[in-house]
Amino acid sequence: MALPELSRDEILRYSRHLLIPEVGLEGQRRLKSSSALIIGTGGLGSPVALYLAAAGIGRIGLVDYDTVDASNLQRQVIHGTSTVGRLKVESARDKLLDLNPEIQVDVYNEPYTSENALRIAQDYDIILDGTDNFPTRYLTNDVAVFLGKPNVYASIYRFDGQVSVFYAKEGPCYRCLFPEPPPPGLVPSCAEGGVLGVLPGTIGTLQATEALKVLLGIGEPLIGKLLLYNALDMSFDFVKLKKNPNCRVCGPNADIRELIDYEEFCGVPSHDHEEGSAGANWDITAPELAERVKTNHLKLVDVREPHELEISRLPDATNIPLGQLAARLSELDSAEEMVLFCKGGTRSARALELLVSAGFKKVKNLKGGINAWAKEVDQSLPIY
Amino acid sequence: MPVLRIPTPLRAYTDGKSEVNVSGSNISDALMDLTTQYPAIKPHLFNEAGDLRPFVNLFVGENNIKDLQGVNTPIQDGEKIMLIPSIAGGCRCEGEARKNLPAKGEQYGTS
Repeated sequence: MALPELSRDEILRYSRHLLIPEVGLEGQRRLKSSSALIIGTGGLGSPVALYLAAAGIGRIGLVDYDTVDASNLQRQVIHGTSTVGRLKVESARDKLLDLNPEIQVDVYNEPYTSENALRIAQDYDIILDGTDNFPTRYLTNDVAVFLGKPNVYASIYRFDGQVSVFYAKEGPCYRCLFPEPPPPGLVPSCAEGGVLGVLPGTIGTLQATEALKVLLGIGEPLIGKLLLYNALDMSFDFVKLKKNPNCRVCGPNADIRELIDYEEFCGVPSHDHEEGSAGANWDITAPELAERVKTNHLKLVDVREPHELEISRLPDATNIPLGQLAARLSELDSAEEMVLFCKGGTRSARALELLVSAGFKKVKNLKGGINAWAKEVDQSLPIY
Repeated sequence: MPVLRIPTPLRAYTDGKSEVNVSGSNISDALMDLTTQYPAIKPHLFNEAGDLRPFVNLFVGENNIKDLQGVNTPIQDGEKIMLIPSIAGGCRCEGEARKNLPAKGEQYGTS
């Protein structure tokens, strides 16, 4: 197929690319004819989308169903204070088209699911995985394998980042490295652990770099290699990845031939917005708790990390971080009525699970955590 | 002694240490030593049957032990072993867990 011509304006816009022999006029025309699908417009999706748009990828697809929240702005630099509350895909599209009106931006304001993923992804040359959860990560991988497209992968946690290009035609896929996800709760999620705001910037720009290399056919993309980055050590380590002959999606005896139920596979919801619940029968809401403590003695157990207590705290709560709970069960009296809480209700739901399995019965989970308390009961407390 | 690099998500179980010196002539011994020094890390690496969990990847130098001799892969003094976990982020708000709870708790709720 003939590559599209560049206009006079485009030649000026991309002149610093045209000066690089590895890109040049032909490479820039190649980028103009290319398309990239970015799953997620959050921490990773922000720099990925900005740099791919600036680089002149002709068509960019953005998938996200979320709205911009003030707590996103510490790292999701494609959005702004003025777009808080707007759909992320629309906030991002406006920014991209302001940066580069020469490109086309298609938005998919919907969760990326087994039902729509193949339809959405089939028209793109490359997929960039900027997701935040295991079900969507496995889905993104499998879609890329089934459609024969490269999947530029990145993942972050606190100060750590991973980057690779999973391209089953030429190397391993994500499942070759991670055949199955960790059981829910075993690996802390980003929101519990936090993330250095600049980390997705570093890692996302590496992802964008890899995408450009793949699309231009230059350099050595991270196919069959995994980059491990640590911001504190400022270390970049590389390991070799091989195709797993037993891989269930890209191996010679693959038995997964179509998209599956990824939430079931991972044991966690990927698109559940109801945060911090242990299930209706185990939850207590913040207003209910406020009523209860007026008349009854309840033991409040705060399972957050000690440094979080400096942000907000409930009076008379006992602090036992989730990670220490199993070893400190003897400090709790199973005869006593107890309410567990954390920031948003997820860690305390896990703590509750642990206590119930240890024989505790009179335990409840503060639904939505201390943030729900700050929202619904005591507005003098900050929400974080 | 071989050095085992601990990824951030697992440092909570190694007193915050990013590297742990381990003794042993193969991966199996090294992990045994690690879990003796830091017992809290054990369930994150091994399942109830004592097998290495499938999402735990160990690399000696650049190579996955799965491509070498598994937990029998020999290790040298001073060699770097990397533990590579699957991490989900991105960055999501809290909102997972609660698989193993029975459907009903003892009610002492709002009545």
